[in-house]
Amino acid sequence: MRKAAASFVAAIVLPLVFRNDGFTNFLADAGAFVLLALGLNIVVGFAGLLDLGYAAFFAIGSYAFAMLASPQFGIHIPFWVLLFVASGIAALFGIILGAPTLRLRGDYLAIVTLGFGEIVPQTFLNLSDWTGGPNGIGSLDQPVFFGLKFGFNALPYYYLILALIAVAILIATNLRESRLGRAWMAIREDELAAAHMGINTTTTKLAAFAIGASFSGLAGCAYASKLQLVSPDQFGFNVSVAVLSMLVLGGMGNIPGVIVGSLVISSLDRLILPQLTNLLHAIHVQVDLTNSRFLIYGVILVLTMLFRPEGLIPSRQRKAELHADADVTSAEQTLYTGAPS
Amino acid sequence: MALLQLSGVTQKFGGLTAVADLTFAIEPGTIVAMIGPNGAGKSTVFNLITGIYAPTAGTIAFDGRSIAGMSTSRIAAAGVARTFQNIRLFAFMSALDNVMTGEHARMKSSLLDSLLHTPAQRAEERRVRERARELLHVVGLDGVEQQYARNLAYGLQRRLEIARALASEPKLLLLDEPAAGMNPKEKTDLIDLIRRIRDRGVTVFLIEHDMRLVNQISERVTVLDHGEKIAEGTPDEVRRDPKVIEAYLGVPS
Repeated sequence: MRKAAASFVAAIVLPLVFRNDGFTNFLADAGAFVLLALGLNIVVGFAGLLDLGYAAFFAIGSYAFAMLASPQFGIHIPFWVLLFVASGIAALFGIILGAPTLRLRGDYLAIVTLGFGEIVPQTFLNLSDWTGGPNGIGSLDQPVFFGLKFGFNALPYYYLILALIAVAILIATNLRESRLGRAWMAIREDELAAAHMGINTTTTKLAAFAIGASFSGLAGCAYASKLQLVSPDQFGFNVSVAVLSMLVLGGMGNIPGVIVGSLVISSLDRLILPQLTNLLHAIHVQVDLTNSRFLIYGVILVLTMLFRPEGLIPSRQRKAELHADADVTSAEQTLYTGAPS
Repeated sequence: MALLQLSGVTQKFGGLTAVADLTFAIEPGTIVAMIGPNGAGKSTVFNLITGIYAPTAGTIAFDGRSIAGMSTSRIAAAGVARTFQNIRLFAFMSALDNVMTGEHARMKSSLLDSLLHTPAQRAEERRVRERARELLHVVGLDGVEQQYARNLAYGLQRRLEIARALASEPKLLLLDEPAAGMNPKEKTDLIDLIRRIRDRGVTVFLIEHDMRLVNQISERVTVLDHGEKIAEGTPDEVRRDPKVIEAYLGVPS
């Protein structure tokens, strides 16, 4: 608790210390990805449902905001109302996708979500009359806070995102320590046994999808209003993979781990690689490292899997799971796994 | 009135008839065993009662209402709990969390309560945690509540599974080979535990191969062979039944 409070104070002070617009902008974008990672963590980390198309919900949240707060249709609903509306719409799509597909397990679910992640940006691309096609929707409304417009400086957006992160952490923590959180974990561990506890596995999984998606709706609103623009190319498969990498690197299921993982990947992507590239250019090495970011993600993931499969800051569960031999004798292990089925 | 009544229950998997025209009843407050050679269809009967399969034909009535074809979670909520032949605990949840999960169906906290941790939700969590501790005590698992189910010794895992099943306050408890893999001392403890469970008012229906255990605790025994009921009665009656001897030992030549 004290650590969390200290981290938040640090996060508030950070942009005031550096006073660099580029850096503040980076912090705001990284914050949006922390929100996404916290949302995906509910689906993948808590409930154990592998979702490879999470960016679709981010797209739906962003477009919902863009259509309802821009000259596109001349609708200008206040930002604070749209936060709820957009996350509600994203949650609704979580249920629409979930209802027919959640009977599937493991790999099959992953493939369907992968498809969904591809279909959604394509749909936004092709519904040009509604979404502006490849150009997207621009000149989005800015949030107004007690009469003050947020403007084009990233700082107010950063604080907005920070506040949303605080809410998201509170929600995720509360849910984990509840009847619903235990039901999610039970489904992750053994779906059939969970059903025998009286857990309605369908609605419980739908809840995970809907709540996870609603977080990306929040992120979508904040991100779109900061950028003043949404376009289909912002929500590709690479976004889904990046968010999933954040979970794997940080420690799936563990909230501090997920946050750290997402900060590491974002810094790498937006700070370290561009800086290194500049450095290399300065010494006349013409290599653009930002072009090989996916190669670098891949290497990081492979290294994580080899040396620290539970992630940087793992939950107790993951750690035990992946180092099971350390605390269980091999005899007990055979008894456990070797029982006839 | 019988707590559980199966009438003419048949389960076919393609061309294979796993259970054929099975009729029997379990009276409340009794300990009933089901025995039979391997592959006789005993576990299939459990799976039919808990809603994993919907019977091809026949009716299953529990506590006065039909449960055939109902979903597993609704049947569980109605008061049927079970353990599994191959233990199916939530491996990477603590022993305490396993038992608390067992109380899921009896808890009332809504999504909103869970989100906001309302006072009612906190009170319910406390109550459920206390009860889970009590149940761990009943099955003799004091002092391991924070351990992962996975890390418990085999005999303790079997007990934890029983505690988890009891957490839903079932009317009927199904135990699928509870003594499998236990040593004689553990079996004696198990017999004692099953009796205590019955004394709490829970009807117990078990599948077991250990005939000494069956003879000691069960009031009635149902014998299954090739999916059909071939005998039913007290352990003594069943033991002398020529059909049962034939099923287990073959026909004398």
